[in-house]
Amino acid sequence: MSSSLKGKGSAKRSIAAAVACAALFFPALAAGQAPAPPSGLTARDHSWDNGTRIDLQWTASADEATLRGYVVRRRSTVETNFSVVDIVPAGTNALTVGSLNREAGHLFRVTALGANSLESTPAATTAPVFPTMEWFDGTRVWFLFTLVLLCGSVVAFIVLARRGMPLTLRRIAGLEAVDDAVGRATEMGRPCLFIPGINDMNEIQTIAGLTILSRVAKTAAEYDAKLEVPTSKSLVMTAARETMQTAFLTAGRPEAYNPDSVYYVTDEQFGYVAYVQGLMVREKPAACFYMGSFFAESLILAETGNAIGAIQIAGTAQPAQLPFFVAACDYTLIGEEFFAASAYLSGEPDQLGSLKGQDVGKLLVGAGILLGVLGATAAALTGSAFIESLVNFFTGTMLT
Amino acid sequence: MKQTGPLLITAAGGFVLIVAYFIPFAQNWGELAAIWFDILAAVAFILGGGNLLKTHLKRISDRARGWGYSGVVVVSFLATLFVGLVKVGVNPSAQFPDFAWSGQYRQMGSAFWYLFQYAFTPLTATMFSLLAFYIASAAFRAFRAKNVEAVLLLGTAFIILLGRTFAGVALTSWIDPDVWAGFAYFTGLRLENLTVYIMSVFNTAGNRAIMIGIALGIVATSLKVLLGIDRSYLGKD
Repeated sequence: MSSSLKGKGSAKRSIAAAVACAALFFPALAAGQAPAPPSGLTARDHSWDNGTRIDLQWTASADEATLRGYVVRRRSTVETNFSVVDIVPAGTNALTVGSLNREAGHLFRVTALGANSLESTPAATTAPVFPTMEWFDGTRVWFLFTLVLLCGSVVAFIVLARRGMPLTLRRIAGLEAVDDAVGRATEMGRPCLFIPGINDMNEIQTIAGLTILSRVAKTAAEYDAKLEVPTSKSLVMTAARETMQTAFLTAGRPEAYNPDSVYYVTDEQFGYVAYVQGLMVREKPAACFYMGSFFAESLILAETGNAIGAIQIAGTAQPAQLPFFVAACDYTLIGEEFFAASAYLSGEPDQLGSLKGQDVGKLLVGAGILLGVLGATAAALTGSAFIESLVNFFTGTMLT
Repeated sequence: MKQTGPLLITAAGGFVLIVAYFIPFAQNWGELAAIWFDILAAVAFILGGGNLLKTHLKRISDRARGWGYSGVVVVSFLATLFVGLVKVGVNPSAQFPDFAWSGQYRQMGSAFWYLFQYAFTPLTATMFSLLAFYIASAAFRAFRAKNVEAVLLLGTAFIILLGRTFAGVALTSWIDPDVWAGFAYFTGLRLENLTVYIMSVFNTAGNRAIMIGIALGIVATSLKVLLGIDRSYLGKD
């Protein structure tokens, strides 16, 4: 009896060990069956795109309620193996696959992924689908709409300004101080220094900086002050020379223009800083202008200028450098003020109109922020799926 | 005419690139324009090098103030150019062992590499290191409590700086629900949490406001340049 019991116990232990081994090496046996597969997988070219997307759609698995999700795989006609594109949660029955090569056809497979991590047999596309390129990229339509709205308002206000619409501007102290700074340098018999940033002519900040150089050079020509412009890019040197030459001509003193006052130093950031710092310490300019795109050199230059007692005016659209300029300079043109300088200094109706157009842009942005915040709050408070879908459309489609 | 040509090129180039952004067939035109710009910039290097020599040789010739530095610039420039062009100390590449100049000019052990590694890099690092001292002097000036705004700035900076140090975390570590259950409502006052809150709410809001202004400024400025309304960068005031 006891031996028979012993024998039964031993047999049970053997069976348990066998099941454990099987579970270890064949988890499917231990965990149960694979889920039912999805069906009816279709793949279509995504309309109105740049030929890199394909839309997939499938009918849900019969075991949808217990699934972890669906595994989407892809291979192109020039590849042999399928690779995982995405794993989407259960309840999803469509996916847009992006970043595809439009030169090749693409085949897709979708499997259902069970809670036990087992995959079903795949639903597959039978023929390769080629993404095609449309003449217009529909994913950018809202961006185009915003651009047209902003540019339209700028152009509209330019037209209104030309027709004599009165425009008022708030006083920008940094720009008002340009003439004073050049005048101070003239009185002290010291030069003015203009730094147009360390980026090249393909940077809008450099162009904005040169528009201010135009005014500084004109004032320097009128006051007969010496203006020096060391540049870190040779194309900027060429453009700055043109700017200065025309400014001197406009001031009625073309003979006073010296092309050697605009010169190239080096493309290297800290080599340029070393040169300009040395120049500042030796020549002790009375007025320093920093107008353009700056990086780590902003504080080194501005603090050196501060140490030599120069009046300093800076302008940049690099948010990270603004605190440094604010700390070390007498006046700082912050972001949009820097871009408004040209209009402000010229006082031309055309240019002033563009500033009013910018204000419309600010109104639109403000309205967008307000609507977004109110919508998200309302969606959270009411739990309304409709409001949430509106907010998602606004943030996910219109703003991306 | 001197201004009309550049204006037309700017306008045509700008508008074509804007339109190309929305038309998939033309989306690589932007890359093409960037390549053209790189070619221009590469040619401009010659212009820059020539100007550098001219400027500094003139200073040496005029014995202008600091002309000795100009001497150092000219000698360094020519020496670097020479060892780079002639590939001094460069071994032939494995692919073309019979050609003496087939190796890379930046090859480890070459004269150019030595100059870069042991002269240029330390000099650059030295200049960058100066920034630490300038930050200290600028901070000292910026954080003087002259008025209400300056006091607010000083207080905020104090919290941020302290909240990012171990000492700051340790100082307010006693605001802990394990010490007293009521502290669960005040954990936001711990310095490290206050720092995160200030940076992610106040700082981000201010930063975004500036960024929105900059973005709108860029749109308006670009439009003015493309339409030829703003020609001051060409000298017209």
